[in-house]
Amino acid sequence: MSKEEIMNLEERFNRYVAEENKVEPKDWMPEKYRKTLIRQISQHAHSEVVGMLPEANWITRAPSLRRKVALLAKVQDEAGHGLYLYSAAETLGADRQQLIEDLLSGKAKYSSIFNYPTPTWADMGAIGWLVDGAAIANQVMLCRTSYGPYARAMVRICKEESFHQRQGYEIMMALAAGTPTQKKMAQDALNRWWWPSLMMFGPTDDNSPNSAQSMKWRIKRKSNDELRQEFIDKTVPQAEFIGLTIPDPDLKWNDESGHYDFGEINWDEFYNVIKGNGKCNKQRLDARNKAHDEGKWIREAANAYAEKQAKRREQSSSVA
Amino acid sequence: MAEANEKYVLRLADNALILGQQLGEWCGHGPVLEQDIALTNVALDLIGQSRMLYQYAAELCGDGSTEDDLAMKRDVFDFYNVLLVEQPNGDWGNTIVRQFFYDTYNYFLYDFLCNSTDNRIAEIARKSIKEIAYHAQFSAEWVIRLGDGTEESHQRVQASVNDLWNYTGEMFTPDQLDKDMYELGIAPDLQEIGKAWRKKIDEILDIASLKKPDNEFFHTGGKVGEHGETLGFILAELQFMQRAYPEMKW
Repeated sequence: MSKEEIMNLEERFNRYVAEENKVEPKDWMPEKYRKTLIRQISQHAHSEVVGMLPEANWITRAPSLRRKVALLAKVQDEAGHGLYLYSAAETLGADRQQLIEDLLSGKAKYSSIFNYPTPTWADMGAIGWLVDGAAIANQVMLCRTSYGPYARAMVRICKEESFHQRQGYEIMMALAAGTPTQKKMAQDALNRWWWPSLMMFGPTDDNSPNSAQSMKWRIKRKSNDELRQEFIDKTVPQAEFIGLTIPDPDLKWNDESGHYDFGEINWDEFYNVIKGNGKCNKQRLDARNKAHDEGKWIREAANAYAEKQAKRREQSSSVA
Repeated sequence: MAEANEKYVLRLADNALILGQQLGEWCGHGPVLEQDIALTNVALDLIGQSRMLYQYAAELCGDGSTEDDLAMKRDVFDFYNVLLVEQPNGDWGNTIVRQFFYDTYNYFLYDFLCNSTDNRIAEIARKSIKEIAYHAQFSAEWVIRLGDGTEESHQRVQASVNDLWNYTGEMFTPDQLDKDMYELGIAPDLQEIGKAWRKKIDEILDIASLKKPDNEFFHTGGKVGEHGETLGFILAELQFMQRAYPEMKW
């Protein structure tokens, strides 16, 4: 294809998405659109899978059987989300095995929030309420993203995520209404998770160089700062309702803008955790690698058995 | 209508909980996502079953205890699970073999319990039997896959069969309580269950080209609260919150 023909196709593509049409796997798409999506969807898939670890940490210690069942089911849902998302990435020509290799080698990224530790039970509440809450803000937007399979995966994921968020908030509510020790536990978790949750939306708009192109392609539909503000506006009253204090002395309602003003985010911390210096970066990747390495003989056995079975079927059908 | 002894219901509940608790440790650490999800499903079913059973045991107990009191506030000597379910997870093959031995027993047991003369047990069994049938199918399929997979998987899974074998006999060795429950039509004749179990185990091990150990010595004691060393650690995690923060609601 000549350069000119590609230019024409790109123009048509841009118009097509600008008119709110969905792009499907077999449609022509600019190479950069495909690459951007593979990167974004696979990072999202990795985040679901790595995100299982901080919560799986509390499955054996959940305080009641009811909470244990709910937590197990929640972490299992995340594994399911990982699967849908890897499948969505495969529709763009990516290879799941390769994507996983990239995660394990540290080449691919996942959401930095999962590099924070979960030392207490209240972290299960804070993660559900804040981390899933922040994720939902982003994912609700992605339900209308221009790439069809991604948008459809998101619709399904969003339903489960809102359930998780309510479950997390309910854990916090029970703690906040409990004994002074329980309330202290809840406040401590909120103190630790508040700022990292705000960082989940990514750098401020003036420091987010790829956003403009993603917005133009309708992959992204709201800016990082818009989504962050929505999340804050929604979450502050929820904290007040259960009597917990958001750890930001500059947080205050602004009548004029109709939004909460908030303090400066510590971006040094954000970039530092991305670089690998979070408390649990190493543990998370080590855990994924350990599961993968120790699972090797099982995957090999399953493949060998499947091949033997196929051969047996072939032999029996040639006899018959 | 017969009514089960609280201790018998606790045996059923403790087996389900301890095994479910151990399987829960795999969540997030399975060999591939699909199997992580599958094993977590089994854990969820087992813990769900244990809850129904603890709720019933709490009612029989009649002192205001709750399901969580029974699960989280008894020490090792008051747990009545069989020794098999408290054996460590080991590698994935070991977990699968433990599951295969237990699920197969559990299937024949619950198949009987669906018609138990204790209505409540029968009701719980009827709610659980489909799940248990699936567990038994899942673990048997994996034993075959690992036994008939690669040389390495064959050796590893054979080692697990050998290691866990001595913990299987307890399931079919009736004590006085089992006999009493059988007399009342609440529970099955365990020796009959044992025969059905052996037949199924022989069949699957044969397909998997695995050998059944010829050792006929079997450890016992779990059912009456005489446990090994691992259960204490399992309970330490299971009960941590209730012990560290007593009398709180979560």
